[in-house]
Amino acid sequence: MPSTRKRPAHTRQVFFTAQVLLWAILLSEVLLSLAAAPEKHLSVFSVAANYSLPLVQRDRRDYVGLLEVLEPLGKVTARTEGSRWRLRYNNNVEGDFQAGKLRARIQGRDADLGGKFLIENGRGLVPLTSLSSLLPRFLGGPVSLREETGRLFIGSVATHFTAALSGEKLVFNFTAPVNPSIANGAGMLRMTFSRDPIVAPASPNLTFGSKTFPSANYSEGNGAAIVTVNTSTAVMASFSNNSRTITISPAPAASQIAAANPEPPAGGPQTSSPPPPSSSSSPTAAPPPAVSPTPAPSPRRYFAVIDASHGGDDHGETLSTTLLEKDITVVLARGLRQELESRGISTLVLRDSDANLSLDQRATYANADHAAIYIALHAASSGRGVRVYTALLPYADDDRGPFRSWDTAQHAWLPLSQSTAAAVEAELQKRQVPVRSLAAPLRPLNNVSGAAIAIEMAPQSSDVSQLTAPDYQQLIVSAVAAAIAANRDQLGAAP
Amino acid sequence: MIPRHLVIGVAVLLIAALGLSVYAWRMEKAAGSRTASAPDTRPLAPPVAGPTEVVTLFVADDNDGTLRAESAQIPMPSGRQQRAEELLRALLSIYLDKSSTHPLGAGSEVRSVYLVDPGLAVIDVNAALADTHRSGILVEELTVASFIHTISANTPGILKAKILVDGQERPTLAGHADLSSFYDVSAVNQLAVQLQSSP
Repeated sequence: MPSTRKRPAHTRQVFFTAQVLLWAILLSEVLLSLAAAPEKHLSVFSVAANYSLPLVQRDRRDYVGLLEVLEPLGKVTARTEGSRWRLRYNNNVEGDFQAGKLRARIQGRDADLGGKFLIENGRGLVPLTSLSSLLPRFLGGPVSLREETGRLFIGSVATHFTAALSGEKLVFNFTAPVNPSIANGAGMLRMTFSRDPIVAPASPNLTFGSKTFPSANYSEGNGAAIVTVNTSTAVMASFSNNSRTITISPAPAASQIAAANPEPPAGGPQTSSPPPPSSSSSPTAAPPPAVSPTPAPSPRRYFAVIDASHGGDDHGETLSTTLLEKDITVVLARGLRQELESRGISTLVLRDSDANLSLDQRATYANADHAAIYIALHAASSGRGVRVYTALLPYADDDRGPFRSWDTAQHAWLPLSQSTAAAVEAELQKRQVPVRSLAAPLRPLNNVSGAAIAIEMAPQSSDVSQLTAPDYQQLIVSAVAAAIAANRDQLGAAP
Repeated sequence: MIPRHLVIGVAVLLIAALGLSVYAWRMEKAAGSRTASAPDTRPLAPPVAGPTEVVTLFVADDNDGTLRAESAQIPMPSGRQQRAEELLRALLSIYLDKSSTHPLGAGSEVRSVYLVDPGLAVIDVNAALADTHRSGILVEELTVASFIHTISANTPGILKAKILVDGQERPTLAGHADLSSFYDVSAVNQLAVQLQSSP
């Protein structure tokens, strides 16, 4: 009898253990599938900045932080009062949102959100779909939202392109500089434009009637535009026309490579070009993996990168009770961009709003764009006139093989930076501005792999308010721009 | 009916408690006013005994943004590390003077200097020095160059230097001068030469 009583208990135990195991397996499956799911993004393209924001899933909808969308476009403040969330944009547009509500009030008028407004850890989340109606109210201009592909265009910023055969080559011409990531695969070359506002051609499928390049197609997804070129042989891409043209041509034959590169340098830096892939359709035509004899030139999207130093929580120097260094640097950056662009120099301003940007991010952006010159702008109340700085390199170990030390990435470009600083100094002297050229332990100058200088503007007298004087600012930015334009060839020739 | 002796006992205890409260309140008030008014006159470090030496200090001047070599006669201990600390404390006493040309905030201190072989000097300053330091590229680099060049000029064999704040690494001194890396002393010495020439 006892054994008959024990058996059901034992069975129950086994059954219970099996159930626990089953649930654990199911839970781990769910967690794994969640972890494997790619994070969804919204890419925002505007005149002020191009940026990408993560999307979150709530109530089976895509949500985005409204503050994060607006922050790079202007001055935004937000505050939470219980279940209410108030947003102020550029000190003249006010939005009033309430958690759980389907509508918001912007400038006293109702706006439909198409889903509930959410507050999470002080962040105001709106359904992605609502951006097309909300943003025009805040920005005062049209926006175009491609909800399915996570792309948002603010104003007329789209970059168009054409593709045409030119002899053995396929040439893509873009209306603005582009910087795609390029992947070579079997029978195709894929260009992914994550940070460029590329839009589709008249037809997403392009045919060329060529044996080497039969067709290409355009697609969009998760914030990026993708152009896939179908090829019958191994190909390589090169940039020209200030990154406005991408030429795809058949990769050189193996014999040509061997002749050009009899032996790769032992222990030297490896080329960044991936080896050409083997083609499944014509294996004999495909060259073996080898380094390219003439690597494609670096895609230089912008010639100059201007960094309005500080921003967000980092105020820089408090120049007076009402004047912060971070505000002066933005104004200077805009003025310098205008001066450079009027001289035909393509320019990117890294911070054009009151946004937080780490020093590492600033250097990364400058390096990723292969800018010929990086200019950090600062303002100070002490001293007189202008100081032009180059990097004071820290003590660091040598580069390791093909890898450059982050702390001393500037090392190879320091002479070019110093000659540029000397040119800026000479130009300012010509305009009777007191100027001095020095080295400084100032990040991220030492992390930039290209010519890099910092300009610190101080007043010419003891009156700090001179820093806000348009005439004085103009005098300085025009001198800096003139010096850079005069050294354009030297800067542009640097790798 | 409550016994009379119990009433008297409770009354005495209440009076004693009240008296002690008043006494404690007055004591606390007196202690508070002493803390607020009396300056901290305790020495920053034990006085250094022994013979004095003539050393060269590199003193920053904000008026023209330069470093100026100044001779000073200060008592110097025999240990290398203690000597480096005394050098910086002498420099700091100049910066804390009311008439300083490169004023540092009240309460600024050099906590310690560690000389670690081979050729590393670690300068540990207190938080008051960094927190009250004026912000600006030139004004911050003058402090850094003044500290490192003074130690290097008087202590042979220093190749690199690191500045810590309260024993911890900080990104910058006051928003500009990088404190996250090791300074290359030879590069700082070249900068000091640049800074010694008037603009």
